[in-house]
Amino acid sequence: MADVEVLTAPLVIEYPFSRTTGPVIGAFFTALREGFIVGIRAVDGRVLVPPTEYDPVTSESLTEMVEVGNAGEVLTWAWVHEPLPDQPVDHAFAWALIKLDGADTGMLHAVDTGGDESAMATGMRVQARWLPARPDGDATEDDGVRRFREGHILDIACFEPEGNA
Amino acid sequence: MPEITLPARLVGVDPVRSIRTPARLDFNYTAGRASSHFLHRVANKELYGQRCPVCKMVYVPPRGCCPTDGVPTVEDVELRDNGTITSFCVVNVPFMGTLMEIPYVSALILLDNSDIPIMHLIQEVPYDQVHAGMRVEAVWVPDEEMGPTLESIKYFRPNGEEDAPYESYKDNV
Repeated sequence: MADVEVLTAPLVIEYPFSRTTGPVIGAFFTALREGFIVGIRAVDGRVLVPPTEYDPVTSESLTEMVEVGNAGEVLTWAWVHEPLPDQPVDHAFAWALIKLDGADTGMLHAVDTGGDESAMATGMRVQARWLPARPDGDATEDDGVRRFREGHILDIACFEPEGNA
Repeated sequence: MPEITLPARLVGVDPVRSIRTPARLDFNYTAGRASSHFLHRVANKELYGQRCPVCKMVYVPPRGCCPTDGVPTVEDVELRDNGTITSFCVVNVPFMGTLMEIPYVSALILLDNSDIPIMHLIQEVPYDQVHAGMRVEAVWVPDEEMGPTLESIKYFRPNGEEDAPYESYKDNV
């Protein structure tokens, strides 16, 4: 069997999952669709972003949703030299934990510095770059391309250094 | 459920209730030498299995070794494209990617002289007449469409023989 031509073929496994969000995570996504960010107040008074349904220390139900800023501070980051096809930025970028103004925890998102790693720094200020709202009456068929905010973490296309036009 | 208090800008706004979270795994599958050889022969309408030298089971498609005894399977066993349905499923739920009209029948088919059934479609018989023990034969795609894939068999259909006795397939039920 030494001369067998070994066969190779593409194998794609794909699941079209959707998940229900509940009132807390649902409010987070609703706010994203409306173009702002909310967290939730924990028992000890901290504001958690993204919000959790239960307190991370006491496990009590949390109920007070709080609006936070759409800019904040990079707590820590990792540089991605070669993005994968479905990642938020199509050139080199950073994954970062971002503590938004008014929040007490870091939220994971991408930071686009135009491919410049030297522009990244712990403690730097970044701001959200939003997709536009869906125009009234728009009926664009869903083709998998994100054009408008729809209630998804990628309604924030990415973050960018504060002050970028 | 505790009452959630919303910031003013969210009060009265139509809430998001679900999000899409599709998952996609993009592989290249390499068949290996044993399965590749089998599939090349399928392209010539030839089916064969391999017998384990220890337990004597005939595996189809052959994987090159016996999963029970851990020894190479070197003896080829030629198989006909006829077999017996050991188990089947009437599919009534359409799912993404399927080309079949529902209801259709997917069955485990024990090819004659083999000891492990293969899965394939059953056609040319009403779905509610398919049963365990039914004798079936392969319907191949036209010669110009033949290739190194089990899709070279379009489906199986009843071959007109009497049902196989239960004893002949009881180890695969």
